[in-house]
Amino acid sequence: MTKNHKQNIDMISNIIGDPIVPQLIDLTKYSMEKILAKGASDAEVSTGLYSGVCINSRLKKLENVEYNKEKGITVTAYFGNKKGTASTTDINKKSVDDTINAACNIAKMVYEDIYSGLAPTELMAFNYPDLDLYHPWEISVNYLIERAIECESYALDLDDRVTNSEGVSVSTSQSYNIYSNTNGFLGHYPSSKHRTSCILVAGEDTNMQRDYYYTVSRDLRSLESSVEVAKKAVKKTVQRLKPQKLTTRKSPIIFHADIASSLFGCVISAISGSNQYKKSSFLHNTIGLQVLPSWLTMQEKPHLKRGLGSHPFDAEGVMTREKYFIENGIVKNYVLDSYTARRLSLETTGNASGINNLYINNQDISFPDLLSKMNAGLLVTELLGHGINIVTGDYSQGAVGFWVENGEIKYPVDEITIAGNLHDMLSNIISISNDADHRKNILVGSTLVEEMTIAGH
Amino acid sequence: MSTHLELATSQLLEINSISQSSVENMINSMLSKKIDQADLYFQNIYSENWTLEDGKVKDGSFSINKGVGVRAVSGEKTGFAFSDDIVLPVLEEAVTTAKNITKNNQDKLVKLAWNKINTKEVYKPINPLVLIDSNKKIELLHDIYELAKQDPKVTRVDASLNGSYEIVLIATHEGSWHADIRPLVRINVSVIAEENGRKERASSGYGGRYSYEHFKGNNIIEEIVNDALSQVNTNLHSVGAPAGKMPVVLGSGWPGVLLHEAVGHGLEGDFIRKKTSVFSNMLGQKIAASGVTVIDNGTLPNRRGSLNIDDEGTVTQETVLIENGYLKNFMLDKMNARILGMSPTGNARRENYAYLPMPRMTNTYMAEGDYEPEEIIKSVKKGIYAKNFGGGQVDITSGKFVFSLCQAYLIEDGKVTAPIKGATLIGNGADALKKVEMIGNDLALDNGIGICGKDGQNIPVGVGQPTIKLSEMIVGGTE
Repeated sequence: MTKNHKQNIDMISNIIGDPIVPQLIDLTKYSMEKILAKGASDAEVSTGLYSGVCINSRLKKLENVEYNKEKGITVTAYFGNKKGTASTTDINKKSVDDTINAACNIAKMVYEDIYSGLAPTELMAFNYPDLDLYHPWEISVNYLIERAIECESYALDLDDRVTNSEGVSVSTSQSYNIYSNTNGFLGHYPSSKHRTSCILVAGEDTNMQRDYYYTVSRDLRSLESSVEVAKKAVKKTVQRLKPQKLTTRKSPIIFHADIASSLFGCVISAISGSNQYKKSSFLHNTIGLQVLPSWLTMQEKPHLKRGLGSHPFDAEGVMTREKYFIENGIVKNYVLDSYTARRLSLETTGNASGINNLYINNQDISFPDLLSKMNAGLLVTELLGHGINIVTGDYSQGAVGFWVENGEIKYPVDEITIAGNLHDMLSNIISISNDADHRKNILVGSTLVEEMTIAGH
Repeated sequence: MSTHLELATSQLLEINSISQSSVENMINSMLSKKIDQADLYFQNIYSENWTLEDGKVKDGSFSINKGVGVRAVSGEKTGFAFSDDIVLPVLEEAVTTAKNITKNNQDKLVKLAWNKINTKEVYKPINPLVLIDSNKKIELLHDIYELAKQDPKVTRVDASLNGSYEIVLIATHEGSWHADIRPLVRINVSVIAEENGRKERASSGYGGRYSYEHFKGNNIIEEIVNDALSQVNTNLHSVGAPAGKMPVVLGSGWPGVLLHEAVGHGLEGDFIRKKTSVFSNMLGQKIAASGVTVIDNGTLPNRRGSLNIDDEGTVTQETVLIENGYLKNFMLDKMNARILGMSPTGNARRENYAYLPMPRMTNTYMAEGDYEPEEIIKSVKKGIYAKNFGGGQVDITSGKFVFSLCQAYLIEDGKVTAPIKGATLIGNGADALKKVEMIGNDLALDNGIGICGKDGQNIPVGVGQPTIKLSEMIVGGTE
């Protein structure tokens, strides 16, 4: 491996200067005109370019170098209330024309849907903000390789109990998103994302455990160092060694900050417009009702500078905006795009691209204090499976974690499940600590739930 | 069947004004003493989706995904680049990028003798998207709706139809050309039913590598609607599932997810080479009860998990993974086979040209035994009968795996009694199959709905098994 940084033969280039970007913007305009010329009443087009490099090292040696460059165009044609969508990764004119024809043909085939259509013109993000999402990492591939090997070497040498590795991955990527519709909206912006992850194995044969740590950021300056990533991955992996069995019991549960977002992801799914109008949610028709403890809020902040979940506008060109989904435990807003909003006779909340930086408040206590508050119970650090029923709220998942006694972590446990009903789990959240996981789109600290059933030996 | 190669060459090379010899030259230029393996993977995927809601098909979409992936492998190192433009300059750039994995200049001049490799045909090279009119596709979904809403408890019906047509052309460092034409269709129904203030949802589906016509005339619409209604009606009367360790009887067919999670992933060659699988050092050892034979078979006609060739051009095969309880074989791609000193098994698969291939399952199932399913249930004093499953997941390093019940019952004194709510079951892959006590005579494969995810790559797979009994598993209920 050469250590010469100046070589720069594989320098990663900036997407901003890529000639494909203006070509895609022109193609967007062309496609809209072409769809209208085919007799459509409305049209929308989204295109994008994605470019990145991902390096994997394993056992201190380079394993993979992957170069990614993807683009694509998706067109939607509306003939009144009839809609057709088509997409292609091939952007030569013939393929784009074929794609436009396919969308128009589908729109002519399907039945009317009175709820379909563009989002209202008055909600378009005509003056969308610059959210400072683009911070390209101007670096050579060789440097990324060195960084990966440095991280993994540190991890493998730090603790004898680490016996193997699934590798370290260092990646940097840039995207350019373009969206336009016949409400006169055209928006486009670049963004970047950098990531380092380290997956380790400790122990041997049938007593092996695997765990990982990662750091991710829009901006290199807020990416954790290789050494930090290695240290945290080692700690997480070795502490899982020699898990014990638990007997079946009822117990308080702490969802560690690493996974607590999944619990609140269930709330978002349950109050999503689609599950509301389909009446397929355990929180159906709960607007204005208390579903969480009165101290708890879930607030969306889509315009955070450099935020991992930040979007200046959503997938329909609607201005994203700060709002509460849950305030003082009460459902304030559903999560809506224009289609689901029309189905519910509401206005879109600008969530056609999902949620954007969801903040869940905490009770200003530390994680150790949260353990003390629980006193005895289960700290869950990993969940396995698909055992969540959003229609009924029934919850049953495989779990890995630690048994806690007298407010202290005693020993690791695995091969258990935790079960309950989300209604009870959510209304019986006792406390949340101030250790929110800032790598996630749902930012929440470790969450203490009063009681669930643990199934074990 | 030169038609595969002819069609693939015309659709992927000629149409883009790329000659076969220029691709052959690119492979030649990648080869050196340090390069063990190289390939170019050209692919076109056409796919469509139709969805029914409120009794009408109101939404449809179509997509074209085409591109080429270029790979060079040196020892355990891989250089990979892909492009969604199949044009010569971009292709040459990708080749240069991929072969940069070794910094050496070409140290030998390679002139491969190129062969075109034809293969068997485990499905017909048809394009399901154009074989029938869109009207007929829409009709299929309306038929589902009409049938499902006959149950007065049903308050909502969603249905979808999707199909894809994939053309693959592979040029490899062995100097060979391979092609495959892969149709894949699937139909799905989801119902919500309400009774006495309770509400439940259930879904069912069917699919394989054939035309949409297959769904007509084979009672498939009836089968999936009845299956969804049976599940939803069972669950409307379900009681809380038990919590703790108990005997479990798993039904035939889709519950084969157990094998996929408990042992399947752990026998994939990449985890074996890296020694991160709990099974890494167990070849030849007894890892399952006597009588347990587990097979991965990519050659079953028209199955969702089947392929004529894998994504490295290796012809698919039937691989016995576990024979009468003993671990016999792993699932291997070319790179892991080379490093382990074994032969590839036709299990190299990739989601598409934009991803690197990895060892993956095709159709994975357990061979049948002698017991009548009724005998198996009769043997259980207190336990559960899992007739149908949702999805599963595994940690191949610790061996812990889960799957979730979606239609299950209590067994009391040898009889199936009350239906129970969905729950997750958890077990340990290294010993789960040692707990297989009885194997039924009713082997069935699933209906062709499986999607397997690994490292962010999703691919279609199949599973299957006869009715089996495990002496104990942990059932994650509440009671």
